[in-house]
Amino acid sequence: MTLSLFRRHRPERRNNMEIIIPILTAAVRSGTPILYATLGEIITEKAGILNLGLEGIMLVGAYTGFSVAYSSGSAWLGVGAAFLVGTLMGLIHAFICVTLKGNQVVSGLAITMFGTGASSLLGREFVGFTIPGLSRIPLPVLSDIPVIGPVFFNHDALIYSSYILVLFFCWFFTSTRPGLNLRAVGDNPRAADAMGISVTGTRYFYTLLGAGIVAVGGAYMSLAYTKMWGELMTAGRGWIAVALVIFAIWNPARAAFGAYLFGGVEAFQLRLQTAGTTIPTPVLMMLPYLMTIGVLLFISIKKGKGILFGAPASLGAPFFREERD
Amino acid sequence: MKLTIEPRLSSSWRLAVFIPLFSLAAALFSGGVFLYFMGVSPFQAYRAILTASLGDAYGLSETVVKAIPLTMTGIAVMLSFTMLIWNIGAEGQIFVGAIAATAVVRFFYTDSRPVMLIMMFLAAGAAGGIWAAIAGFMRAKWSVNEIITTLMLNYIAMNLLNYFVFGPWRDPSSLGFPMTPPFPDTARLPVFWGTRIHGGLILAIILPLLFWLVLKFTRWGYEIRVMGENPRAAGFAGMNYLRNVVLVMFISGAIAGIAGMCELSGLQGRLQHGFSGGYGFTAIIVAWLARLHPFAIVLVSFLMGILLVGGETLQIVMRLPLSSIMVLQGMILFFVLGGEFFRKYRIRSVKDDDAVPLQAAPSGEEK
Amino acid sequence: MNTEQPLVHMEGITKRFAGVTANFGINFEVRRGEVHALLGENGAGKSTLMNILYGLYRPDGGKIFISGKEISFSSPGDARKAGIGMVHQHFMLIQSQTVWENMILGLDGLPLVLPRREIRERILGISEQYGLQVDPDAYIWQLSIGEQQRVAILQMLFRQANILILDEPTAVLTPQECEHLFETVRQMTAEGHGIVFISHKLDEVMGLSSRVTILRRGKLAGTLDTSSTTKERLAELMVGKKMVFSIDKKELARGRPVLECSSLHALGDRGFPAVSGASISVHEHEILGIAGVAGNGQQELCEAMVGLRKAESGSVRVKGEDMTNRAPKDFIDRGVHYIPADRKGTGLVPNMKVSENSILKRYWKRPVSKGFFIKWNEVAAFAIKLVSQFSVSTPSVETPVRNLSGGNLQKLMLGRELSDDPAVVLAVHPTWGLDVAATCFVREQLLFHRERGGAVLLVSEDLDELISMSDRLAVMCKGEIMGVLERPADVPVESIGLMMAGTAISEKTFGGEGSQE
Repeated sequence: MTLSLFRRHRPERRNNMEIIIPILTAAVRSGTPILYATLGEIITEKAGILNLGLEGIMLVGAYTGFSVAYSSGSAWLGVGAAFLVGTLMGLIHAFICVTLKGNQVVSGLAITMFGTGASSLLGREFVGFTIPGLSRIPLPVLSDIPVIGPVFFNHDALIYSSYILVLFFCWFFTSTRPGLNLRAVGDNPRAADAMGISVTGTRYFYTLLGAGIVAVGGAYMSLAYTKMWGELMTAGRGWIAVALVIFAIWNPARAAFGAYLFGGVEAFQLRLQTAGTTIPTPVLMMLPYLMTIGVLLFISIKKGKGILFGAPASLGAPFFREERD
Repeated sequence: MKLTIEPRLSSSWRLAVFIPLFSLAAALFSGGVFLYFMGVSPFQAYRAILTASLGDAYGLSETVVKAIPLTMTGIAVMLSFTMLIWNIGAEGQIFVGAIAATAVVRFFYTDSRPVMLIMMFLAAGAAGGIWAAIAGFMRAKWSVNEIITTLMLNYIAMNLLNYFVFGPWRDPSSLGFPMTPPFPDTARLPVFWGTRIHGGLILAIILPLLFWLVLKFTRWGYEIRVMGENPRAAGFAGMNYLRNVVLVMFISGAIAGIAGMCELSGLQGRLQHGFSGGYGFTAIIVAWLARLHPFAIVLVSFLMGILLVGGETLQIVMRLPLSSIMVLQGMILFFVLGGEFFRKYRIRSVKDDDAVPLQAAPSGEEK
Repeated sequence: MNTEQPLVHMEGITKRFAGVTANFGINFEVRRGEVHALLGENGAGKSTLMNILYGLYRPDGGKIFISGKEISFSSPGDARKAGIGMVHQHFMLIQSQTVWENMILGLDGLPLVLPRREIRERILGISEQYGLQVDPDAYIWQLSIGEQQRVAILQMLFRQANILILDEPTAVLTPQECEHLFETVRQMTAEGHGIVFISHKLDEVMGLSSRVTILRRGKLAGTLDTSSTTKERLAELMVGKKMVFSIDKKELARGRPVLECSSLHALGDRGFPAVSGASISVHEHEILGIAGVAGNGQQELCEAMVGLRKAESGSVRVKGEDMTNRAPKDFIDRGVHYIPADRKGTGLVPNMKVSENSILKRYWKRPVSKGFFIKWNEVAAFAIKLVSQFSVSTPSVETPVRNLSGGNLQKLMLGRELSDDPAVVLAVHPTWGLDVAATCFVREQLLFHRERGGAVLLVSEDLDELISMSDRLAVMCKGEIMGVLERPADVPVESIGLMMAGTAISEKTFGGEGSQE
């Protein structure tokens, strides 16, 4: 009874909502791959490992998801496969950074290169193909709520999963034993080690898991966002995610905010393009990257040295138990 | 029998040379395995690479042509890496330099070749330098992570290029291809010996020499090395870290910009979409593989040139796309990273109840 | 005299690190209800031995018995299960987390979802039992060092430790906080715990322990009953020969002020005030000591006085010239040289050679540099002279500095700073971690510099050193100067302790020449 009342929009509101709601909805869709990547990187960095290979992992995830979905007919199989392949790439990074104590920055770059090349190479036979991909599932009651309904609750299952993931991680970091251990390893590996937490094991686990989640973000692009494969289709989203982790101060809820903000910029830019604006396409395409710099600048100026408080203290440095003071 | 990992006290130069070579060999071996799985005989592939790049004069010259921008950009990257500033934006700085050089040709054309070239040179250097210095300034003043900013600037530069070559600067007679009209002769660098090797070669020889001298024998070079090794000690010695961050980034970007200009003016003769085949990123591998030593950069650039020329051949002859080279590059980096481990640490086996001491504890030793 | 099994018995323990034998064939045991001191100089191997007992390091040789049973630990977790707990010098606490989170870190048997209320109750219970007050919800970075130490001790008691190893616990405490600690230790022994007390301070060892084991250069020098020995005997065992404790200091008339600051304010690394209105002056022919618990602004004060830290207000003068907030190079050019405590971090570049490090403060001056260039042959000559003058033991001047031992690093830094007779030297913890020979050498050099007319600002956590070396002694607490003592040797230590803890006291309170409370 009450629901039908909501459905009747008042005339004056119609125009504004008609413009804004689709953009917000697109913002959520567009921001989701970045959100996955950011969440994956947050848990990796919280363990103290810096993984700059996100762009490569996302591309590999996009390719794997697409090719498996295409061959098997099941998009979800594609998601699963993407996750697994992502963890494999995370394994390489973890091996180099944790066991071999290699330079984390260069290792991440190598993964980016490798992943970009591998995905282009393997994906060339799939260029231009389409798949049905993931379908939109409007949630029963929730999608009828004015404004919030269509924006958040009229999407595919991967987007809904991302909500759950954000909420889960918020709870996980503060209220669970493994979450506490994770934070300890990132903030003070020596203390964590002395208290019996396996620094090596923790770092391996979260690097792999994080990379898997990043790959799912990539898979989202080819399975749900465009439902196609194209070379270099992530267009730098992996790097934007790295910046977002800092902007989010390693907090999942803020990450969601940032990701949707980006999604919004991109959606806005796309709308402008299709609406036939005089602003040339390449200039519009610069917007997300300019925004990333802006966002990073903003947070760095505002927080100053305080940023270091949010960051896991041991980020980027290898851990070596028998090191003498 | 247990194994322990302990850091090496000293590393001989033998290790420093032998281990990267060994890593390279291991990488090529795995690359071979990879090629095999791609349906290509690794032996044929590697032989094709070597014959194409070194087998005849033409191949050799093409390798040099590829090595020139790699050397220059490699030096650019090396400079910033020495100070532990991760300039990942060399690609964007190359683009911006090229754009600036093209702008000079378009708007400030003169008949005098030396003047033309010098103006292009200066414009490219200034543009590349400023592009990098933006990131440097943000890092110096607000500790903004330069990896991300230089990368974002890459994408922005790429789009800037696209704007110009798809839009206002497009050659009307090019049938819609994204490129500018060809440069007039006065804007072209001379070529040598009937090959495509161009004037950039001079810079590719001078720059490594110059920076080797600077880093080793000048005060400023000493400052950069100290700042890279230990910024706190540098501050304590009165060095101005912040100012040097911006300065080094500027110079680094300027060299990359000039490399871009040379590619245009010496080789391609016009500005076009995707003119730089990822040199900015390859240069990072080069600099890292060369362990940031100027002379090694020349050598590694040459080796990388071999790989790139060979890659083009593989593409034509064996129908392997260029992205396979990227995969190979990534694998090389992995193996070199792994090899680093053996350079820094060594594995010892420790026997349990053996109490034979190696030596008496020296005096003054901590703990 | 009890004949029951000792709680811990270590036999023939040997441990090597890269190129150095830290422990060689050491026997050690701890009995119920005893405080067993582990004494030795910095570098003797005390912490290494205890880290082995705590499972952090694996011994290369030897056995460990817990209550008679041989056990080998592969991790601190194993050691804790066997009832061993350790409180390190650098607390194994996570600064950005709360007390209760640190307390349960890595605890066995914790459910997936953390039961906060239960945990808080248990913490409050144990803290009651041992009289160690803590607030479970406080963040570690909010607590004072003394409070953090309490948390670290509770952390071990929380895990039912029988044996508690305290590694140099008094290094970071004021004299009053030390008293509280000793009370806690006595209470724990009364409850039947065995305590290992690692220290290099003879007075504490004599006052607190029932037995003492002395280590010297990685080997066992002896195990004695405290009641039947003397400070001198312990010192002799620590060092290997009879030690004379005096420092040969000539009485000198104070000269003109060389370095002064007045009402100086400076912020710390995190933006909070570190120096709050400090005013001191150092004169020719004088050593001004600065006493205070680590972290009360001494470091920041020094940095502000050499141009390495911004002075928010107040002024700094060198020989009368106003130098507030000038560049560090200007200070160096006027003869103000700073020797930081952190050798491998701030003072030296570990990966560079001895020669390259030796010119860190003069690389822009002749003869080492000419125009834009550095003349490496001049550099080598300078380095060779420096190395021989200051007895720095190194294979050559081309050796990377990271291969040098702590003592030689300090001598190198000292040499570098003293080599052209600077007007004033600021030395922060100059003898920390050095063996006796090196310590004597450093002190001699500083005294020598003072004789030649130089000024010395000496920051140290070793009160004995400060009292014997300083002509005048300033005490800092929370960024303020609590007082400057003209005759530090005549002032009772307890009063200095009060000043370190925040009570401003003028010297008149001490009754002039006398030393009564």
